[in-house]
Amino acid sequence: MKQAVHDRGAWPTDAPIDRTEHELADWEVLTDALVHSLAGEGLMNVDELRRGIESMPPDAYERASYYERWLYSIETILAEKGVLAPGELDARLET
Amino acid sequence: MTFRVGDRVRVADRVHEGHHRTPGYVKGRSGWIERVHGSFTNPETRAYGSDGLPERVLYQVVFDLEAARTYVDVFEHWLEAER
Repeated sequence: MKQAVHDRGAWPTDAPIDRTEHELADWEVLTDALVHSLAGEGLMNVDELRRGIESMPPDAYERASYYERWLYSIETILAEKGVLAPGELDARLET
Repeated sequence: MTFRVGDRVRVADRVHEGHHRTPGYVKGRSGWIERVHGSFTNPETRAYGSDGLPERVLYQVVFDLEAARTYVDVFEHWLEAER
């Protein structure tokens, strides 16, 4: 059976497991807070967050870091619900 | 509740394109019920904006896989009874 890109359990690999700790950047902490805040407002739940991540094209999923995937999903879900207009985030980033 | 602790079960090996929490490596595999966690809203519908009702029963299922004995939480609607 073909498994989706996020369904990674039991994938064969010879690569060593990276157990190094790393500091979270400010934007990562804020991204986590944003999801909790959106959940608190009833705008988005964790299952939608996961579904948005799972909808990423496989190559984009592989390139993205953990919280980059969250950001992709937040934008996907909020655009779907009309909370964000198409292109709204990009337009704001350019100003 | 359909299953009890100790019951033999098999995980459905069906294609499900949408969001679901059943890992691919246990689909089609047999195991037994280790624990009944209780009832929870269904993530498969919550992922699309629903309230997730009706609640579904979630079980801890044990699998003797090649690599190791493995414990996985699986919702009832993914499980079939096995003799």
